[in-house]
Amino acid sequence: MTTIADIPQAKPSRRGSLTLRVGLALLGIHLVLGLLTVFWTPYDPAAMAGGRLSPPSLAHWAGTDRLGRDLMTQIMIGSRIALMVGAGAVVIGALIGVTLGLLAAFATRFLDDVLAAALDILIAFPTLLLAMLVVAASESASLGTAIVALGIALSAIVARLTRILAKRVLAQDYITAARTSGTSWPMVVFKHILPNIWPTLSVNFALQFGLAVIAEASLSYLGLGAPPPNASWGRLLQEAQGTVYTAPLGAILPGIALVILVIGMNFLADGLRDRADPMRGAAR
Amino acid sequence: MTTHLDVRGLTLTTQGRTLVSNLSFAIAPGERVGLIGESGSGKSLTAMAVSGLLPAAIRAQGSITLAGQEVIGAPGRVLDRLRGTEIAIVFQEPLTALDPLMRIGRQIGIPLSRRHRRDGRDLSGRALESEILGLLEKVRLPDPSRILRAHPWEISGGQRQRVAIAMALACRPKLLIADEPTTALDVTTQAEVLKLLDALVKELGMALLFISHDLPVVASIAERVIVLRSGEAVEAGPAGEVLVQPRHPYTQTLVEAARAFDDALSGGR
Repeated sequence: MTTIADIPQAKPSRRGSLTLRVGLALLGIHLVLGLLTVFWTPYDPAAMAGGRLSPPSLAHWAGTDRLGRDLMTQIMIGSRIALMVGAGAVVIGALIGVTLGLLAAFATRFLDDVLAAALDILIAFPTLLLAMLVVAASESASLGTAIVALGIALSAIVARLTRILAKRVLAQDYITAARTSGTSWPMVVFKHILPNIWPTLSVNFALQFGLAVIAEASLSYLGLGAPPPNASWGRLLQEAQGTVYTAPLGAILPGIALVILVIGMNFLADGLRDRADPMRGAAR
Repeated sequence: MTTHLDVRGLTLTTQGRTLVSNLSFAIAPGERVGLIGESGSGKSLTAMAVSGLLPAAIRAQGSITLAGQEVIGAPGRVLDRLRGTEIAIVFQEPLTALDPLMRIGRQIGIPLSRRHRRDGRDLSGRALESEILGLLEKVRLPDPSRILRAHPWEISGGQRQRVAIAMALACRPKLLIADEPTTALDVTTQAEVLKLLDALVKELGMALLFISHDLPVVASIAERVIVLRSGEAVEAGPAGEVLVQPRHPYTQTLVEAARAFDDALSGGR
C-alpha cells in the first residue's frame, strides 16, 4: 500500500553541492601547490638539480627536464602562474565587461545598438586569436601582457551577458519601486542590479577562468605567453615536445595539471549554476 | 486652498497616440482622492508621470507641480529628492515589487535610513532595526522579528503587500499613491489591507491618491473621485455624489454594472 511517506518528495538536490565540492577540491590542489611556491619550492626552479631527463625518483618525484631542472618544481610554479592568469584575466574581463554591459543596458537605443554590434563582432573572433592580436600589438611578451590580453578577449562575452541580464532586472517592478522611494540610479545598480545578476555572472566567471588558463597555455606554447623564467604549463609542454618519446612524463604531467584545474573550474561552475537555480537540480 | 500636488493640462503621447489628454486635478495635504477607470485608461501612467518615472518613449506636456516643484522636465537629481520624501507608491503586484534576493528588513531599511539622512539624522544598527520592527508592527504584520529576516517568497501575498506599504511608510511621504494595491489579493485580504491603508493615512495625515477600477473599493476610501476614460477625465466630484448620482453616461454604466453585480450576488442567496 502506498502511503504519503512513500511518495517521492522534491528534496533539495545533493548533486549541486557534490559538484561544487569536487570542483573546490580540484581547485584546492592547485591553490595549495601554487601558494606553496611563493614560500618554498622543492628545488631552485632555474638551477640544474640532477641529471638530464632522469626518470621519477625519491629525490625528483616527477623526474627532471632536458636541462636537468626538477619537473615537480616547474609544474608547481606552473600552478601559480595558471591561477594568476585565470584570476587576473577574469577580474580584468569582469571590470571591462560589466561596465560596458551596464552602459549598454542604460544607454539610449542608438548607443545600445552600436555597443551590441561592436560586441557581436568581438565575440565572433575566437578568444585565443583576439588575445594573440593584443599580445602582438604590445611591445614585449610578458605575463602581464598575456593576462591583459586574455582579460580583454573575455570581456566581450561578459559585457553581452551583463547587458541582457541587467535589462531583464531593469524591467522588474522592484526597480520602479526602488526608484519611487528615491533610490538614485547608481544605488539601484549596486543594491539591486549587481546582486541579482551576480549568480549568473559568477557561473560565467568560473567557466571563463578555465578558458583563460587553456588560452594562456596555448599562448605560452606558441611563445606568446610568459617568457622563459616563468614555467607556464604551455611552455613546459612545448619544451617537452622534442623528447616526448624518450621522456613522455615531461609532456604528460603538465597536461594532467592543466586538465585537473580546468575540469575543477568546470565542476565549480556547474555547482554554482545548481546553487543559483535550485529548481533545475531538483527536476533531474 | 494649499495644494500638495497640482496637475494641469497633463497630456501624455507616444508615437502619435494620445494616452492621457488634458487631465487636471489637485490634491491638498491630507486629502484622499480616487482615480477610477478601466484597464488602459491611463490611471497608472498618470501615477508614473506624477513621480517623474515615465518611460522614455512617452512625452509629457502640461504641468505637474509637486510640493511647489515642477516635475515635467526636472533633472534626475531633483526628482530623486522629491521621490521618497514628497511621494511614495504602493504597487499592484507585491511579489514583483520586492527584490527577490533581499531580506525584508533590508528592503525597508534602505528607504528608512535614506529618509532619516535627508532629515540630517544618521540611523543604523540597533536603532534602525527597532524602527523597522516598529514599521512592521504598524502595518500589523504578525511575528515581525521573523519577517524582518525573511525573503519575499517566504511570506504570503497579503503580508508582502503590507511590507510594500511599510516600505512606502518608511519614506513618510506627504502623498501616498496606491496603484491598485488590493487587486492582486483575495477578497478577505483586500478588505484588511484597505482598512489598514485607511487607518494609516488618517493617523499619519498623508494625502492619498488611490487608483483602482473597483468602484466599491474606491468609494470606501476616497473623499473625492476622478473618473478616467481613455485618458480623459469624464467626471469628477465628491465620492458620494459621483458614485450615487453619476451624471456622465460612462460613470452611469460603471455604477450600474457594479450594482448589477451586487444584485446578482444578493439575488443568488
